Amino acid sequence: MRTAAQIARDVNAKTESAREVTDATLAHVDAVDGQIGAYLTRLHDLARAQAARVDERVRNGERLPLAGVPIAVKDNMCLAGTRTTCGSKILEHWVAPYTATAVQRILDAGGIPIGKTNMDEFAMGSSCENSALGTTHNPFDLTRVPGGSSGGSAAAAAAHEAAIALGSDTGGSIREPAAFCNLVGFKPTYGRISRYGLIAFASSLDQIGPLTRTVEDAALAYDVMAGKDPMDSTSIDRAVEPTATALRTDLAGVRVGIVKEFVTETLGPDIAALYARAYADLEKLGAQLVEVSLPTAEYGLATYYLIAPAECSSNLARFDGVRYGLRVDGADVGQMYEATRAAGFGAEVKRRILIGTYALSSGYYDAYYVKAQKARTLIGDDFKRAFATCDLIASPAASSPAFAFNAKSDPYSMYMMDYYTIPMSLAGLPALSVPCGYVTPAGGEAPMPMGLQLAAPLFEEAKLLGAAHAYEQATQHALKAAVAVA
Amino acid sequence: MSAFEAVIGIECHVELKTKSKMFCACPNEFGGEPNTKVCPVCLALPGALPVVNREAVLHMVRAGLAFGTEIPAFSKFDRKNYFYPDMPKDYQISQFDMPLTQGGVVRYWLEDGTIKECRLTRIHLEEDTGKSTHAGSGDGRIAGSSHSLIDFNRAGVPLMECVSEPDIRSADEAVGYLDALKRTFVQLGVSDVKMEEGSLRCDANVSIRPVGASEYGTKTEIKNMNSFRSVHRAIESEIARQTALIESGGRVTQETRGWDEGAGTTHPMRSKEEAHDYRYFPDPDLLPIELDRSVVDRIGSELPELPLARFERYHGGFGLTPSQATQLVDNAPLATYFDAVVAASKHAAQSTNFVLGDLSRLANETGVAIYESPVAPAALAELIALVESQTINSKIAKDLLERMWKGEGSPKTIVEREGLAQTSDAGEIATFVDEVLAANEKAVADYKSGKTNILGFLTGQVMKHSRGKANPALVGALLKQKLD
Repeated sequence: MRTAAQIARDVNAKTESAREVTDATLAHVDAVDGQIGAYLTRLHDLARAQAARVDERVRNGERLPLAGVPIAVKDNMCLAGTRTTCGSKILEHWVAPYTATAVQRILDAGGIPIGKTNMDEFAMGSSCENSALGTTHNPFDLTRVPGGSSGGSAAAAAAHEAAIALGSDTGGSIREPAAFCNLVGFKPTYGRISRYGLIAFASSLDQIGPLTRTVEDAALAYDVMAGKDPMDSTSIDRAVEPTATALRTDLAGVRVGIVKEFVTETLGPDIAALYARAYADLEKLGAQLVEVSLPTAEYGLATYYLIAPAECSSNLARFDGVRYGLRVDGADVGQMYEATRAAGFGAEVKRRILIGTYALSSGYYDAYYVKAQKARTLIGDDFKRAFATCDLIASPAASSPAFAFNAKSDPYSMYMMDYYTIPMSLAGLPALSVPCGYVTPAGGEAPMPMGLQLAAPLFEEAKLLGAAHAYEQATQHALKAAVAVA
Repeated sequence: MSAFEAVIGIECHVELKTKSKMFCACPNEFGGEPNTKVCPVCLALPGALPVVNREAVLHMVRAGLAFGTEIPAFSKFDRKNYFYPDMPKDYQISQFDMPLTQGGVVRYWLEDGTIKECRLTRIHLEEDTGKSTHAGSGDGRIAGSSHSLIDFNRAGVPLMECVSEPDIRSADEAVGYLDALKRTFVQLGVSDVKMEEGSLRCDANVSIRPVGASEYGTKTEIKNMNSFRSVHRAIESEIARQTALIESGGRVTQETRGWDEGAGTTHPMRSKEEAHDYRYFPDPDLLPIELDRSVVDRIGSELPELPLARFERYHGGFGLTPSQATQLVDNAPLATYFDAVVAASKHAAQSTNFVLGDLSRLANETGVAIYESPVAPAALAELIALVESQTINSKIAKDLLERMWKGEGSPKTIVEREGLAQTSDAGEIATFVDEVLAANEKAVADYKSGKTNILGFLTGQVMKHSRGKANPALVGALLKQKLD
């Protein structure tokens, strides 16, 4: 499949209709998704109806930034009239009566919703194995996970089942699956894209962003979605600099910080070599590498696993069987709540609700929640100091390439996958993962993709995407491997 | 005389008068078909987010400033987490440690005009829940019901919670305090305070202690009071219960007690030991509120004269009785009318007599409000001036007022047209007196035989004969002169 930019150009030029792109995409999805399992719901009728509208608008002379572009939507974003499950039994049959702002902006820009993608339940996980409703396979090796929690979206984009896949990133849930699936996964500054209609996991961290095969497509999607939304008071009221026109081809004058504390040697010689080469490639493009220190970053994981569960314990309270979703009867309303939540939530969701409830309870609030908030502030301060001496920070996006199903059986080793992405989330910074080469995992046959994480100061999306584009164009890593199913 | 005094603190919820709900655009209106005033936000559908209603925040500032509270530059919303079927999110957005107002004093008056004070702990902003109806049991109680129906029309309606310090000492004071809140909120336009629509709900914390003690006794919290009258009855009943309990050697248990209107008693509801851990934390969906000082200052400068100030002006200033002053304070359009009459006539006592006397009687008889009648404040002031200058006497004034009410024109015009001006012409009055004395020989004889109280009758006859125009003082003097 062509990139989103190419499709939009062709559809706007009327050399191809949105209907033709849509039909071809739906046929491809029907052919391959049995093996991939990217989608929980396919939206043939909705996609064709939207394609007809887009063709009509283009015929009337409108130029739409995403004309005819096939879009995959993570199943934690509301799309009116479609099932929106969050990968959970508790919402398995819930049909959203309204549309998320980010999704609406994509539709208004001419995007075609192909389907709703699989995800770790309530976006909690780093492999997509926590979905209660389906298994998604990594298109590069079907025995491996696609990453999480936006695993379905990553797989859909990687297997050419959509040109742009929308994901949500709370602690790395766009960047890590992007790295696993050889994609560009972009998490903008917290608040840049409205969360209205995104089913909350951890409100102060959740951020919608695109997973695409090129930086240009990420910029295209971001430009459409970003900007203040009166329905989300945490969305930022600040002009959005168009990023699609800020893409550059060199890194002259860009200082790239390499984090002293992120020692890649511990990840093994192959991975250490891969990142050494990636940093050298940045330098070849004209970047100046500088060492920066993030002394509190090591507390990121602990901080994150207090704040995110605290918020989720409250956010997920509304799934109680009273108004919508699953209800399991009980002798009284209290027992109905218990039975519903016991049956409706999976183990990881329950674990985090319990951790969060504990962290917020009186007697522990100061020791856990308040302390974590203080640590969060310190981590943000570290980044501010670091960005005084550099423009961007480079690091691995994930600790390893995609692993086999059931390889991470204890929660902690799974949590460690987000070691490099969580600090940026806590600081609210824009960050992305861009393909940076392949390693062959122990016991694996196929070389698996890896991702380079780049992070920028708040609101510096244009600078971030510009630099990532230069790296992508010079290295072309994404073109060097074929997916198993395409 | 009881050896105990009561210590009472009141928490009351007052619904704010806003166009839309606290966190969404749904209309904030009472009633309607169940679940017709709802949207994804107030139903807490997955993915929906709250947005703070600016009007509600400004109302809070108004309410706070009226009681001299401090308006912090920075405040925030917190989540109060607990499961309840009426509550869509299973947490309530409220304010915990950084409310919109802090401190303040409610000054209020009692029926006898005594001014009292009760400190406020705070007034904070929060959202209301939905309303359950239990069906299938016949009596609406949950026990035995087959199912429950929930109406979310009220969910998300903005509420201010006013928390008082335990400065109230009696049921009378409690009602005075609540009256003061109600009057102030109504006057500021921040709430309609209709108890029957649930827009004011309150709980009272009641304890007793030996007179003179500084320690507080064990308190109970009374709920379910749905009128000021029931607040009064419930507090009296609870004070009596606690007093009897202690006097008989018992101890008060800290608990929540319900008020039974029919039985006139309180009864235990649930034990405080089961207190919830609400797990308050700052709502990450809402940014903290940073109020611009200039906005607060502007609201402060635009506050109207508040009820207590008005009461003091009428009672202490103009010398109205507490009941007259209260009557005016509680009827803002009438008070405005009254103030205009006073301003024009410069005569508070006469203004009070006319407005609360004859004009009120006319208003009651005709069903027309005074301020909507043809009697403009300036016209009434003109009438008062005619009385004050003794151009007419009070009898004629009464008469004129009724004719003004009927729209017959200004008092001066009527007086001039019909020659009703009081006459002080001694010659003319002497003629009236002579004529009356000639026609009432028996009365004159009675007077001369010592029945001097017949003088009143004769004066009345002269007045009548003069069609009310005669100066009554001169009539009296001339009569005495002629008879003695």
